This record gives sequence, structure tokens and C-alpha cells, in this order.
Amino acid sequence: MKNYDKLIFELSVEGRTGFSLPDNRWEHRLPEIPEVLCRRSESGLPQVSEPDVVRHYTNLSSMNFGVDTGFYPLGSCTMKYNPKINEETASLPGFTSVHPLQPEETMQGTLQVCHELEKALCAVTGMAAFTLCPFAGAHGELTGLMIMRQYHMSRNDMKRTKVIVPDSAHGTNPASAAVCGLRVVQVRSTPDGTIDVEDLKPLLDDTVAGIMMTNPNTLGLFETEISRIADLVHGCGGLLYYDGANMNPLLGKVRPGDMGFDIMHLNLHKTFSTPHGGGGPGSGPVGVSAALWDYLPYPKVTADGDGKYHLMSGSHTAGRVSGFMGNFSVMVKALTYIMMLGNKNIRMAGPLAALNANYVKESLKDCYRLPIDRVCKHEFVFDGLADTSSGITALEIAKRLLDYGFHAPTIYFPLLFHQAIMIEPTETESKDTLDAFIEAMRNIAREAVSEPDILHDAPHGTPVRRSDETLAATRPVLRYRQVE
Amino acid sequence: MGFSYFPHTDEDIREMLKKIGAGSLDDLYSDVPEEFIFKGEFDLPEPMSEMEVRRKFSGMAGRNRSLTVFCGCGAYDHYSPAVIQYLISRSEFQTAYTPYQAEVSQGTLRYIFEYQSMITMLTGLDCSNASMYDGATAAAEAMMMALACTKKKSRVLLSSTLLPQVLEVVGTYARYHGIDIGHVQMSDGVTSLEDLQRQLAADDVAGVLVPSLNRYGIIENLEGFADAVHAHKGLLMTYSDPSALAVIRTPGEWGADIACGDCQSLGMPLSAGGPYAGYLACRQDYVRKMPGRIVGETVDRDGRRSYVLTLQAREQHIRREKATSNICSNQSLMALYATIYLSLLGRDGLRQVNALSYGGAHYLYDRLLSTGLFSPVFDKPFLKEFVLDTVIPAERLQQHLCDNGFFAALATDDGHVSFCVTEKRTREEIDSLVDCISNMA
Repeated sequence: MKNYDKLIFELSVEGRTGFSLPDNRWEHRLPEIPEVLCRRSESGLPQVSEPDVVRHYTNLSSMNFGVDTGFYPLGSCTMKYNPKINEETASLPGFTSVHPLQPEETMQGTLQVCHELEKALCAVTGMAAFTLCPFAGAHGELTGLMIMRQYHMSRNDMKRTKVIVPDSAHGTNPASAAVCGLRVVQVRSTPDGTIDVEDLKPLLDDTVAGIMMTNPNTLGLFETEISRIADLVHGCGGLLYYDGANMNPLLGKVRPGDMGFDIMHLNLHKTFSTPHGGGGPGSGPVGVSAALWDYLPYPKVTADGDGKYHLMSGSHTAGRVSGFMGNFSVMVKALTYIMMLGNKNIRMAGPLAALNANYVKESLKDCYRLPIDRVCKHEFVFDGLADTSSGITALEIAKRLLDYGFHAPTIYFPLLFHQAIMIEPTETESKDTLDAFIEAMRNIAREAVSEPDILHDAPHGTPVRRSDETLAATRPVLRYRQVE
Repeated sequence: MGFSYFPHTDEDIREMLKKIGAGSLDDLYSDVPEEFIFKGEFDLPEPMSEMEVRRKFSGMAGRNRSLTVFCGCGAYDHYSPAVIQYLISRSEFQTAYTPYQAEVSQGTLRYIFEYQSMITMLTGLDCSNASMYDGATAAAEAMMMALACTKKKSRVLLSSTLLPQVLEVVGTYARYHGIDIGHVQMSDGVTSLEDLQRQLAADDVAGVLVPSLNRYGIIENLEGFADAVHAHKGLLMTYSDPSALAVIRTPGEWGADIACGDCQSLGMPLSAGGPYAGYLACRQDYVRKMPGRIVGETVDRDGRRSYVLTLQAREQHIRREKATSNICSNQSLMALYATIYLSLLGRDGLRQVNALSYGGAHYLYDRLLSTGLFSPVFDKPFLKEFVLDTVIPAERLQQHLCDNGFFAALATDDGHVSFCVTEKRTREEIDSLVDCISNMA
């Protein structure tokens, strides 16, 4: 429907129903509940028919752009293709009908999925064990930091409350540290975007709990000094945390465990192809080295020698971080993906992601400013147009891309460059798609000079145009209110 | 090549490497120290065809026993209308990212706005965020929010009648965040107002979290709680089952400042514990301390109504270590799940779900007592869940029921057995559960 502009509440008509439930033939009725405990006001929930609901949400879906709609080069987000077999295995009634508190012996299939996924994640990362409880990347970071603190605290090393975070890090890193009660200290980047080891050295003392790093870093560059950094941090008694947001180019090629990382998280919704769902549900498993196994949160799935699976807790556990055992159906999807790839194809995932990123970078660096001209991994960052005379911003470029039928890249992150445009193509995009994107980016660079107004006003063909964000924040309307 | 998720032909790779000026894919890793290039074999099977994968997962799913669920304890076997799975599977919803680019994310932004609206309708509070991971983590966020809203206080009180997993998760967050946790005693199955008042006297309490529907299934009477907490400048927080809020007194009506809970009871599949979605709602005064995404209404350049992520100055990508929380994503697709569920059920349907659950649960309660094998624990009103004491050893009882296809009589850590009945349970199922128990004696 063209220009669809309804909220579900605006379709509501007294007397309509969208449900079909059995008649109430029970003897006991709700009015038995003492009045003081009963709801007094009407809820105001809508009254709509089933076809109304289906058409409304189908119309809403048509106002969205997903990976299945088109190329989604959102940097740091790994918007790869989400295979459909994943959805099918995750929806098997044998999995979806399991109550989380059922006895272990009645949910052996569920526990087997968890165990096999854990083993597979260990294989590709070089870690010794994983907890699957964390619900998302940021939740994984927090869980990993809890494990880090628990490790120091259980050794009676109470003064270790400082965590070192690169200035290029994603905002969740310092925020997770703060939630975990840690003090954040920034380490600078060198002009080529990697951690400045000379700036790191004076920060290292006996109050350091650890350092949080991505590798490749936020600029898509491999931290070539990782061995020295690991030695320095370990040398002062700290631990190395690996933020798995950028794991994709290493998949099948390099393992964080081999680089000296003690704790890491993965984003199953990035590296392991489970859909992002418009912002979740994701899953953020946390892996640890053998020495930290005992600190993992519970419940933890283990296997005994007879092929039976159990739930247990380590004696120094960091505690419970999720109501039950995490986003199970996301785990089914990730394991399905790994089984489809297998030992052979998983080796190609990282290299093809790096190939696509480098190809786009090399094809556009004459018209967009490339601040660091090095081989990149899964992504890279432009700092606006090469020809800055038009004054066109990263935002305008991003919005214009929507008109060309592409999702925008990540913009204004990392904070190291004023006009950051962060592009991550992933391995599931074909050369044809990348060539079309390159063509669009080159057109935009030309438009910036020849007809800049078209960029100032972009986008033009989207369901809505640029929105007034200041109005939204200064006079917040956060829920539907019926017009009187 | 020939793997279905990778579109590259050998010719593509050759041409792309040429453009890059690299001789091989390995050259793209020339900056990685040689010792870190993995040269071994991954301990993974060889690739499987889609047929083989389907067979493998069907086999694993088949290892789970199919049980008729008579337990709740934080995960409820409510009915899920067919429409929901059908709609949330639309890939425009499923394969989108967080709606940063509002112009091409109005679908996601609108349903989150609807979700927020519905949560405020259910809770009777002013504002909701775009959803949290689950109920337990929503409670932990509520605790940290209470601390941020009340200056110079470092203590939070939790009712002992909250679900055990909620107490444990909140306890974990508190331990690392440096929050002093106190527990309010239980008195005859409900939170003791007397004990609460005693603990508030020190004036160091930032917030108090109590359940509306507690771990024993009892509907708590929170009369006087808000006044007691507010008199000491703290915030009252409730942990409330959103499904039940169609019929029981709302957090807003009790005078609560913050409400949290798990949207799982809105028809979400049990799925061994997730994905579900937590909700978090609050009074207008506290919205700028709210964690997570919030969607607001505005207009676009042409004056058309549009929706955007808003009040972002609270969030980690702007505030970094000073953010209200580290939370980044929400459980967006599960918020859509809840929204479609509530759209279909609407005002009357959600009441009907509660009426059927109530009727069935009280029928089971009466029948169990009439066997003579059970005795009441608390004499308090309950909705769909209750605990009893039994002369049968709890472990033997549960085992026997599992062997006969029931998941029921879950032993609680304080020595009772717990039962739950939703609208999905028929009279025949309840009768056969009771017969199965009677046959044991």
C-alpha cells in the first residue's frame, strides 16, 4: 500500500477480535480474585481482526530494508546473508517446546546443541571453553569482564579495577566496564590506527585488571604488535579481552586464543550468520582459556563419557547472568551454519570477506579519502570525499546511497576521523553487487560537485525522508495517545 | 569453489586480487605474524548438505522428550497464534539491523513505538524502552536505574518472593557494580511490609523490587508499599508478568515508579529459555535514566509522521563509560512478537487467556488437594501458578510424571512443589495428570 501511515491502534474498532480461544467452561472465575488486587482501568489494547493485523505488519515490513532486500555494507555489523535452513532447524518443535527447567534427561537434544556449538566455537577461536548464556555482544562483554574481575578477586587481588580501552573502541567497551565496576583508562592510537605501545606502557601497573581489544581493530587493520601487547599486559598481571565484533575476517584463518587472549566474546548474529532481527535477539557467547574455566557463569553444559549432557556450575563462577541458559534458538541457527560450512568452507569465510573489503577500498580510494592506505581485513574507513571542496558530509553521502537502493555504511564511527564512513561488505556479496555499489559511490562523488543539492536533500525515494531528530528529543512522544 | 553462500567464481577472485594488487588470498593476511596463521585442521566435520543438516538437527530435536507442561517458574506455556510466527519471519523484519537509518527502517521503528505504547498500557506507567534481553536482566537494569535516579544511595532491597533466577541475576550485577543488596523477608507467602519498613528506616535505600505475581504464583497485595518507599525517598519497582496485567492491579495503580518483567508470557515459545524479551517501563520523571533504545515520534522534511531512535544522549555510543547502561541491542524481533500477540489478543483476548488459566489452575488445585496427597502451603489468592506440600518425595514425583509425559510438580528450593496451568491445558490433560499422581500412591 503506497504511503501507508497507520499505527495498529488507529485500526481499532470496538467489537472486533483477532483471537480464537476456547470458551470458558471452568467453575472458578476471575471475579473470585479480591477486588483490591484487580486491574481498575481498561488496558486500551487494540481491537482488530486477524486480517487487519496481517496486513498492517506486512505493510510495516515493506518500509524496512534488510539483508534480503539488498546490500547492507554497515561497518562493524557484519551483515552477511542469513541462511534460511537456520530458521527451519531452530523452529523444530522438539526444540521450541522445551521448558527451561525441565530435567536434564528430558532435554538431551537441547544440551547436545549447546555442547556441539561450544566445541565448534572452541575449534575456530582456540579458546578452551565457552558460556552460551550472554544474550548479545554487549552482554558478552559484561560477562567477560565479570569473569576477569572474579579471577582477580578470587586471588585476593582486589586492587585490580583498571581496564584499558583503545580510543577507537566501540562505546559498549567502556560502558560494559563501568557497569562491571571497573575504571576505564584510554590508550591512544598511532597515526596508522593501531594501539600506541609507547602510550600503553606507562598505564601498566598492578591495578590493571586487563585490556579490551578488537583485532582487527575498528579501522579493519590487524594489530601487528599483538604479541608485544600480550606480553606487556600479562607481564603486569592483567588479562587480555578480545571483543569478537571483528572476528569475521579471522574466521578460518587466525584464532584469538593463539594470539594470547584470555577471554573473548563472539557475536553469533554477526560472524555466525544468525539474523540481526532489527536489533536482536542476538547471542554473545564468551570463551575463556583453560585457566579461567572455573569462573564461567552458570548454567554450564558439560558432557560425561557416556554421551550424556548435564548442567553445572564452576566453583568460582562469576554467577548467573541470564534468567535461564541464553537465547537457545539463536544457538541452533549458529550451529546449523557451522555444520553447513564445515571444516573446508569455514576456511574461505574470512579470506573472502577480506577480499571483498579490499576490492571496494581499492576501487574507490581515488574519489574518497583513505586515511590509512594498508591492506585491510573485513572493513575499512574513508574520511569523506577526496575532493572536499563541495563540503558534502558523510551523512549526506550515506543518505544518498539509500536512493541508489543500498543501505548506508556506518558513519561518524570510529571517532578518529570527522567524516568517517565505515564499509564492511562481508563474504556473501558477489563481485556484481560490489561493482554496482562502487558505481553508485562514484556517482555520488560526481554529484557532490555537479549537483550538490541532490545530496543535501537526500534521500528522495524512501518511505519517509530525513526526520526531525531534535524535535523528537526535545518534545518526546514515546507512546500512542488517542486523539480526543 | 561451489559453496552456496559464497558467490565468488575463480574468475571473480582473480580479477579482484588483480585490482587489489595481491597475488593470492593469503597475501591479504601478509601483515599477520606468521605464527598466528592457523595451519592445522579445525576440529569440525566436513561440510554437510542441507539435507544432511536437516536430518542431524531433526535427530537432536528428537532426543528431547515431548512433555505436557504444568510448570511456570518464569517460563509459561501460553498459546501462540499462527499469525505471529508467519509475520515475524518476514525477512524485511528479520534481516534488518538496529534502525539507525530511519528512512529505511520505519517498519522496525513503528512496531517498537507500538510495543512501547502497549507496555505502558499494560503497566499503567508513562514510558517504556524498546525491550531488554529478558526479565531477569531487565530487573538488574531497573536496579541500576533506581540508583541513578536517587543520588547518594547505594542499597537496593529485593523481595524474597521474587523468582530465584531473578534474585540471582540481580545479585550478580549488584556484586560487580558495587550495589549493596538487602532481602525483604517473606511472610505467609508474600513480601513483608513490616520488614520492608524496618529496612527502609536507615534512609539508604535507592529502590525496592517486589513482584506483583510472585514465585509461588500469589498475587501480592502492595497496598502501602509505594508510600513506605517514597517516604524514604526511594523508588518502588515491581516485577510483573505482563500477561497477568490485563487482570491484576497494574504497577501504575500500585504507585510504582519502575516496572520490569519478561514478555515470554505473551505467547513466546519456551525454547529452553530464549529468546524472550524483558520489558522496562517507568514514570515520565525517570525516562532520561532509562537504559537501552527508545523510539519517538517526529516528522520528516515533508511534514509526514515518522519515527526515530531518540533520547540517545543516554546511550553507550555517545556517553561511553558514563552511559546509563552498556546495553546496545534490544530483543527487537521478540518485541515485535509481543506486539503482534497483543494486537491479536487485544483487550478481551488477554482477559480470556487469564480467565482460562485461572479456571484451569484452580481446578487442578482442588483436584490435587482432594487426592489427600497434597496440603496447602499458603492461603493467598493466586492466578495460574501455585505451590503445595506433598507426602510423596518431590524427586520421585517429578520423575514419575516425566516418565508419563508430564512436566509438573517442580520442586522449589524451599521444599514445596510448583504447578502452573495456562489456557493450553484441557480438562482431560489435568484429569490425567491427577490420575497419574493418584496411581503412584
